[in-house]
Amino acid sequence: MKADKEIKKKRMRLSLPPEEYMHSGHLACQGCGATLAMRYALKALGPRTALSIPACCWSVIDGPFPYSSLSIPIFHCAFETAAVSAAGLKAGLEMVGDKETTVVAWAGDGGTFDIGIQALSGVAERNDNIIYVCYDNEAYMNTGIQRSSATPYGAWTTTTPVKHYKNRPKKDIDAIMAAHRIPYLATANISYPEDLYRKVRKAKDIKGTRFIHIYTPCPTGWKTRPEDTIKLGKLAVQTCIFPLYEVEDGSTWKINIKPRDKKPVKDYLRLQGRFRHLNEEAISFIQEEVDKKWARLLKYEEVSPL
Amino acid sequence: MKKQEPTPKIDFKSEKDMPLAPYSLGLMLHNFTGAWRNIRPEINLKECIQCGICWKFCPDTAIYIENEYPVIDYTYCKGCGLCAEECPTKCITMVEEEK
Repeated sequence: MKADKEIKKKRMRLSLPPEEYMHSGHLACQGCGATLAMRYALKALGPRTALSIPACCWSVIDGPFPYSSLSIPIFHCAFETAAVSAAGLKAGLEMVGDKETTVVAWAGDGGTFDIGIQALSGVAERNDNIIYVCYDNEAYMNTGIQRSSATPYGAWTTTTPVKHYKNRPKKDIDAIMAAHRIPYLATANISYPEDLYRKVRKAKDIKGTRFIHIYTPCPTGWKTRPEDTIKLGKLAVQTCIFPLYEVEDGSTWKINIKPRDKKPVKDYLRLQGRFRHLNEEAISFIQEEVDKKWARLLKYEEVSPL
Repeated sequence: MKKQEPTPKIDFKSEKDMPLAPYSLGLMLHNFTGAWRNIRPEINLKECIQCGICWKFCPDTAIYIENEYPVIDYTYCKGCGLCAEECPTKCITMVEEEK
């Protein structure tokens, strides 16, 4: 397809580097947020990267053996061992004299919040030199939308049906990881790719355990339209449900995006089928919880370095 | 960024042909995900302002850039509609696929 002659030629300015390490033909659903997270993260990490992926959506998206949709090496490990496998890979590479390669553990929210937390905690305590990326789609999407401890209050999943929707809040994994006093921790969102790129780039140059928590909407599990993926990500930041911040050495908290006027959480909830059953009372409870969490975060930033 | 050329699918006649070590033999480009599509995006280049947002937000990397303009690769586009939704000038429209 060629541009018409009347159109003036202008150089296209791209806000991200043009190199692609993730290729077409992968098996993700339409409008998947996790693939976007991988695409941006690999743009920042470059070709000298090795991934360790436990059972999660990405172990399926990548494609069956002997193919792969990524042009970097991947190691599929057991569910609970994403962090330690990566630490072992890094130790092995260092033994053979390779100090350049970045080793990344790439796990979903089940492999981070529930099943992999023991290994992750151990790695963070030993301060092994890896990047741990958790892409958070708020349930076990790979196996068919079961509740995980990352599922937010009020959400429908197949194991928390509408009559007994989840009545516990989402686990605050960032606070848990910050309490390990790791050198770098950040939350990122696929709707802000430049911010995500900058954070992964920054993490690449730091030594020690780095933790990046990426928010990735899932149209299949959240019962949203596939074209709303980016809109949901933006709303999550503007309603302060998923604030973007960085923590250095567990002490310096910095909020990256502070919405000028906070949007009500209702705007975010009504786009999603998994929250359709919520009544006004439940929505106002969620709003209260979000406000409390945001106020606490602002206070953390105010008093830091702690 | 550039148009991705399909790669051949490798046929293994027996288990003995399989690689001994678990390494990948190629990309998934033999998998034409365009067949999943019900609606197709079409770009009206006269209104395009070359912002690159459609390229940036494509989960299938099915938009490449040729002559400084975005081009959709229909071999791999799954038809999610993210590009049409995020386009600031709304020059991408989703058209029903003819069967």
